[in-house]
Amino acid sequence: MASFFSFLRSSILSKVVMAATGIILLLFLIGHMLGNMQMYLGPARMNAYAAMLQGLGGALWIVRAVLFLSVVLHVITSIRLKLSNMAAKPSAYVRKKWVKATLTSRTMFLTGSTIALFVTYHLLHFTFKATHPQYAGLRDTFGRMDVYAMVIAAYREPLISLVYIAAMVLLGFHLNHATLSALQTLGVNHPKYNGFIEKLSITVSLLIVLGFISIPCGVFLEIIKPVQATVAGGM
Amino acid sequence: MRLTLHIWRQKNAREKGRMVTYELDGVSEDMSFLEMLDMLNEKLMRNGEEPVAFDHDCREGICGACSLAVNGIPHGHEPLTTICQLHMRKFRDGDAIYIEPWRARAFPVIKDLVTDRSALDRIIAAGGYISVHTGGVPDANAILIGKEEAERAMDFAACIGCGACVAACKNSSAMLFVAAKIAQFAYLPQGQPERKRRALAMVAKMDEEGFGACSNLYECEAVCPKGISVSAIALMNRDFIRAKLTEVPQKTTAGGG
Repeated sequence: MASFFSFLRSSILSKVVMAATGIILLLFLIGHMLGNMQMYLGPARMNAYAAMLQGLGGALWIVRAVLFLSVVLHVITSIRLKLSNMAAKPSAYVRKKWVKATLTSRTMFLTGSTIALFVTYHLLHFTFKATHPQYAGLRDTFGRMDVYAMVIAAYREPLISLVYIAAMVLLGFHLNHATLSALQTLGVNHPKYNGFIEKLSITVSLLIVLGFISIPCGVFLEIIKPVQATVAGGM
Repeated sequence: MRLTLHIWRQKNAREKGRMVTYELDGVSEDMSFLEMLDMLNEKLMRNGEEPVAFDHDCREGICGACSLAVNGIPHGHEPLTTICQLHMRKFRDGDAIYIEPWRARAFPVIKDLVTDRSALDRIIAAGGYISVHTGGVPDANAILIGKEEAERAMDFAACIGCGACVAACKNSSAMLFVAAKIAQFAYLPQGQPERKRRALAMVAKMDEEGFGACSNLYECEAVCPKGISVSAIALMNRDFIRAKLTEVPQKTTAGGG
């Protein structure tokens, strides 16, 4: 175990771990967001998708293990980097002016910590249903877990919707710097491709965030409606 | 010009420093920033006060000795300019100017605005060189180097080692400096034999000296008086990762012949 964490002694290796785990988590976010988009396709598709994921068995646990390990490494390494970076700058300037560094790039630890808190809440809320035990009883006509009804029930609580939207805005700030930063750390920097990479990272982070935010907004605007209303509408 | 100067005064490495305010009148806009400080020091000495200590040498922007954070920006607000080459015409009459030393754990303040930047020298000593045989001068074009490669190496060799990158960084990271010193050799044939060893040794020394890690804010590139590109850092990371992946443990090489 001690040798496994020996990368923490090197600044660049720590950064490589941040970048690699960050990219894994980014890929997961893309998949998660695309999965969520099925909320627009109605309860049948959404619940079938959820049931399919649950039915993956061993593969699901491998994905979960990879994600869990990525999160743990990302968090531990970020704390190590934060501590050593703070130690490297023990006294601040009386007057400091930033020339180029953006606000989002300077607040990665803050946005990251907030996202970590949010992810904990999110898991307690939807995955473990600890905050809302009544979700566990939701079943659709096929007897599957009614994820569709659960999401609508959740986002019909304005406070929960606001928390989710705020967290996603912070996630957007985090991703805005993360993608470019991860590639630079892994050595991807070439004048021929930098412009494309920059546009790609902004587009990807914007799509992820807008995709996620659109669900609570869709529930609020009743674009995403409970199953009874959909049936009444003639579907 | 009449200026209000807020200057960091610190007796020595051990004592705590503080900002002291000075009023300076009669500054010419044709003076360089350091000449303005010379003028202040003459005034202080006439009044029997201790002059402000600051680093300077060539005063023509090529030696890397001058090192002042002016209004929160290393080398002041003028891009691609060392503080010795910044002229007072870039300021306005009545301006308040904050002058501070580079701030980093690896650059302890010696006195006032003078910091000890020998950590950078120790990183160079760890591997920022190529090993050559002494003796006769080698033939100028014995090793052919493409124009583009030579120019690229020169772009990184432009680093004067002033430490502004460290000073600007929120983590006091020296990665732009170290990367420039690695990249200047990476494009040249002479740099190849020791390339991996160099990346490993210089990065290890950099970590040991207490510099922070890079958060890719690129503030270093923005303040660098020589405009060193952060693409050097990507190159250093590539070299370092490659060297780490192919590193042969010391034990097995000893008997290997």
